[in-house]
Amino acid sequence: MGKFNKGAKKEMPALNSSSMPDIVFAILFFFMVTTTMRSETLMVRMKLPTASEVQKLEKKSLVTYINIGPPMEVRLGTGTQMQLNDRFAQVSEIQDYIAQEKASMNEADQPLMTVSIKADEDTRMQYITDVKQALRQAYALKISYSARQGQN
Amino acid sequence: MAKTSRKVPALNASSMADISFLLLTFFLLVSNMDVDSGLARRLPPPPQTEEQTSVDVQRRNLLVVLVNAGNETMVQNQHGSEWYATAEELRGSGSKVALKDKVKEFVLNTSNSADLPELTEEDFGAPIGIVPVTAQHVISIQNDATTSYKTYIAVQNEVVRAYNELREEGARKYFNTSYEELTKEQQDQINELYPQRISEAEPKNYGGQ
Repeated sequence: MGKFNKGAKKEMPALNSSSMPDIVFAILFFFMVTTTMRSETLMVRMKLPTASEVQKLEKKSLVTYINIGPPMEVRLGTGTQMQLNDRFAQVSEIQDYIAQEKASMNEADQPLMTVSIKADEDTRMQYITDVKQALRQAYALKISYSARQGQN
Repeated sequence: MAKTSRKVPALNASSMADISFLLLTFFLLVSNMDVDSGLARRLPPPPQTEEQTSVDVQRRNLLVVLVNAGNETMVQNQHGSEWYATAEELRGSGSKVALKDKVKEFVLNTSNSADLPELTEEDFGAPIGIVPVTAQHVISIQNDATTSYKTYIAVQNEVVRAYNELREEGARKYFNTSYEELTKEQQDQINELYPQRISEAEPKNYGGQ
């Protein structure tokens, strides 16, 4: 028991922190590798619907996004709008958009292209159906209705 | 010039940690880890010719799930129909039979009823063998133009849930483990046993606005 408080005036040895930058660099590299920069700023407001049976979309490079919802800026009204690549677009522009996205892809990956429809839960189905028909015409047949994982 | 062997002074690296921390915080902030998830579907290819746009399906092989403008759901086949007013009822609250149980009954047709899809014997390979399945069944999800997306997804989710439960049961029955733990080939076998045959029809205006 007398082990403690015996030597009394011993100085506390300085903690060797020379490996700290190494550790921090390791974490840094992890984040640098895993990160994907947000390439587009959202211009539409959307609250995704919840669903319990969702599947994760595996490869991000194969996914093309279509954002649907009322615009963020109030002065643009509350009507449903669609955002493709940083700007508002009409349904008729989907075919060009898909063709353009497909062209920028590796040829082997093109049949695996998935279109993720990220739509606000209050959107009317008419709009979604129009988008779906346009996607069919553009031969982008793999789609995913984006939803949050949740109790439903 | 006198030659002096001077020592190189040690570089002060104490600020290295600060710099790397700064970088680390930057990447922490800009990275978004969230993976996109959703209900995967396959659309039919666009119609090649104008006339050939519809496929004939026998009445007994068809389960129609109708979502109207008031976000109410009706499920109907030869066996009978059921009406759901809210999302809670879809999941089977109160006296209603949940939509997923309706779908499961329809897909399985265990009683070999004449009102449910016809059973055909098919070979699915090693542990499953030759079993009767309803290979021709189709679940047709139809919606109105003013149906809300939320309800539509809720209905889709229930149908997918029915299939997932069937596959889980199949995995337990034939492989004695859960579907998650099966190998890719075994999962494909189960998927072939219970293929998702969901058709998303074009919308019709059933009234409403």
